[in-house]
Amino acid sequence: MNGTGTEFMKKKTLEGARIPKAASYKIEIDRDRITRRIRKSNWSQHLFSLSTVFALLVLGILLYRIGIQSVGWINWNFLTGKLSIFPEKAGIYGAILGSVWLMLIVVPVTLVLGVATAIYLEEYANKGRVQAFIKINISNLASVPSVIFGLLGLSVFGRMLNLGSSILAGGLTMSLLVLPIVVVASQEALKAVPGFLREASYAMGADKWTTIRKVVLPVALPGILTGSILALSRAIGETAPLVVLGIPTLILKFPQSVMDDFTVLPIQIYYWTLDTVLTPEYANLAAATILVLLFVLFVMNSAAIIIRNKFQKRF
Amino acid sequence: MEKDIRVRQIIQKNISEKSRFADRIMPVFFFLMASVSVLTTFGIVATLTTDAVKFFQAVPLREVFSTRLSPLSATPSFGILPLINGTIFTSLIAMVVAVPMGLAAAIYLSQFATEKMRKVLKPVMEVLAGIPTIVYGFFAYSFVTPLLMRLLPGLGAKNVISPGIVMGIMIIPLVASLSEDAMNAVPNIMREGALGLGSTKLEVALKVVIPAAISGIMSSIVLAISRAIGETMIVTIASGSSKNFSFDITQSMQTMTGYIVEFTSGDAASGTTGYYSLYAVGLLLFAFTLLMNQMAHHISRKYREEY
Amino acid sequence: MTNAVNENEKLVYEVKGLNLWYGNDQALKDVHLDIKKNEVTAIIGPSGCGKSTFIKTLNRMIENIPVVRTSGEILYHGENIFDKSIRVEELRTRVGMVFQKPNPFPKSIFENVVYGPKIHGIRDKKLLMEIAETSLRSAALWDEVKDRLNDNAYGLSGGQQQRLCIARCLAVQPDVILMDEPTSALDPIATYKIEELVDQLKAEYTISIVTHSMQQAARISDRTAFFLMGELIEFDTTETIFSNPRDQRTEDYITGRFG
Repeated sequence: MNGTGTEFMKKKTLEGARIPKAASYKIEIDRDRITRRIRKSNWSQHLFSLSTVFALLVLGILLYRIGIQSVGWINWNFLTGKLSIFPEKAGIYGAILGSVWLMLIVVPVTLVLGVATAIYLEEYANKGRVQAFIKINISNLASVPSVIFGLLGLSVFGRMLNLGSSILAGGLTMSLLVLPIVVVASQEALKAVPGFLREASYAMGADKWTTIRKVVLPVALPGILTGSILALSRAIGETAPLVVLGIPTLILKFPQSVMDDFTVLPIQIYYWTLDTVLTPEYANLAAATILVLLFVLFVMNSAAIIIRNKFQKRF
Repeated sequence: MEKDIRVRQIIQKNISEKSRFADRIMPVFFFLMASVSVLTTFGIVATLTTDAVKFFQAVPLREVFSTRLSPLSATPSFGILPLINGTIFTSLIAMVVAVPMGLAAAIYLSQFATEKMRKVLKPVMEVLAGIPTIVYGFFAYSFVTPLLMRLLPGLGAKNVISPGIVMGIMIIPLVASLSEDAMNAVPNIMREGALGLGSTKLEVALKVVIPAAISGIMSSIVLAISRAIGETMIVTIASGSSKNFSFDITQSMQTMTGYIVEFTSGDAASGTTGYYSLYAVGLLLFAFTLLMNQMAHHISRKYREEY
Repeated sequence: MTNAVNENEKLVYEVKGLNLWYGNDQALKDVHLDIKKNEVTAIIGPSGCGKSTFIKTLNRMIENIPVVRTSGEILYHGENIFDKSIRVEELRTRVGMVFQKPNPFPKSIFENVVYGPKIHGIRDKKLLMEIAETSLRSAALWDEVKDRLNDNAYGLSGGQQQRLCIARCLAVQPDVILMDEPTSALDPIATYKIEELVDQLKAEYTISIVTHSMQQAARISDRTAFFLMGELIEFDTTETIFSNPRDQRTEDYITGRFG
């Protein structure tokens, strides 16, 4: 012991030390009150958990009902048959084809527009007014009701460009609707690319575009894909804009090109639901179509989750 | 030696014009693509206003703010109040369901739930949020309405209560997840402080976490209202198209969104006042939701606590 | 026998054979330690030695981490705090805690102080005001904030915030105050003020303080416990620990050979 401890042990005389004013009150601990408080907390916890479980319950009832109603209606003929006014003969092959055609427009358009916008915002734009303006604009666009996009599509694609209610008009309308989702997801994916990868590329003399193309984009790809799949699943289930565009009620012909009229799964559900008063079996057809739609969404979301988990956090 | 020189020559050649050009042209391309989203907004505003202006030229303001809406009658009248009325009632019922349920779920998930419960319930919420609105519409019309009819004998096959409730359920995940984010953003040391003073979990939630997260919670509620106002398919299917101005929620009422859908899928010939009225309603709807969105951003920015 | 009872009355805490695991990692190993009334007990040791874990076990705050398991006993005035009949809410009302980083609630200064009394059902405005004043005076903060009691607590400096947290803790008149490195986020002057305060408070309260600074332990504590890798190596009067430690490891630590 070389005297290390002792010298700083001397207590200072405390300047201005005041003895705390003795309290004139005494706070009693009321044990019954504590019991009541704990009981109240526990009851509330049950209440809160119940209302969360309520969500689970609703989901269960919804799936159960739709399952029950579509039993016996989903079969090969239903999936591959043509529309018909006779419920027993009706099939949704046309609607399935229509949904696929729609995706053929939405996928390339949103991917190019969305990813390019994200690249501009994250990689090129100065952190200034233009960037802020575009960002605010995208956030606002995301909150515009889908039916408004329908009106835009009706005016611009339907009437001005004279595309009517074709696949092209519907696809472009839908692309604009889900564009904000793809942009935001791609932005997040680009932001997550670590700076040292970019620096490594620049350090070897690569220019900006080469760096983005060869280094940044490949790394950001899983994130972009995940976001895009979620955007597409939104587009597949969306109804209102297409109704506003004026998709015909009954289409017997299968679409052959992007200029043809078409129908999609949600629209088919909509029309069948509307007519359940006259033909009760339409409710079963609607339920069966919903089941098909939910299955497609389930597959897409699973794919998104798999991609997300597989490529998560590599750095 | 020679090899080295060759490699250098190749690099020299490749750095040259071609890639330089791409590097210069790409920013322009990206900028053009990015401007599409701005163009979309302008497109929306432009199409809505041009046709809405035509509507307001044809219809006097006194008629617009009247309670009589009958666009297809021999003496058409375009009073918007029935639609606003229907929108307010459906949204109100949705909020009565979504706000308490959503907040309760958020409190449960962020304050009480074990990690295991969270792992089950969060995905369920996400699934609920991902179900297309048309499915909820079908559910409201074919399940909830008949169910309610047994409880409320006077209920119409098309009414405001059923779509209101179902819309509320649809919005629960939105309120829950945004509010939960806000609550999770409250630093843990604050929770510990309250627990260290002998607070129960409920007291921590109500007296410390919620007050600290109030801006995020408020903004989630505003966004939920905006969502309810803009929601289309559920109300179109289940609340019907009655254009009467009434306060009877057991009967059909039409919302602004429902009006747009009904009128376009019917035959609104281009150039008629009825056609232009769609855009007037659309403009109002757009203005409402834009305002709400701005308000939500404003709230979450302005009242953010500095902890 | 009577003697032993008298001796026990002076003991606030008796820790007997305490073990604690985070999942499979043992963080505390067979700790035995007594805390005496109206004394300041300092807990020192290198980071990761379990000193914070130990103090958080005394009011069972450690249980907020789901993977924690414990064995052994902690007697608080003779009652085992792990007993099923003990409610943490009550325990924590009697045993206050001050944390590493100042953590006032995002409310006014006044509301922060009266938070505890309010949850105990005190509604009388006059009494609340009196409690606020007494507590803030005891925390040596009254003169600095008396004119702005309704201002947000986050307008205060870090040191003031920490004293506010102490006042908040005093407002429910606890028996023990646990302090988990209360000055680690503060500058020297603010640190000095807190130390001064601890010295005043020990007349009325029993205090246990975790500190990373040996000087601080030496300045303010009556007894010091030295932890190393989850084990209580040595526990004695502060004077003995710093002038004549029995264990070589204690000596190595306080002379700065590791840590």
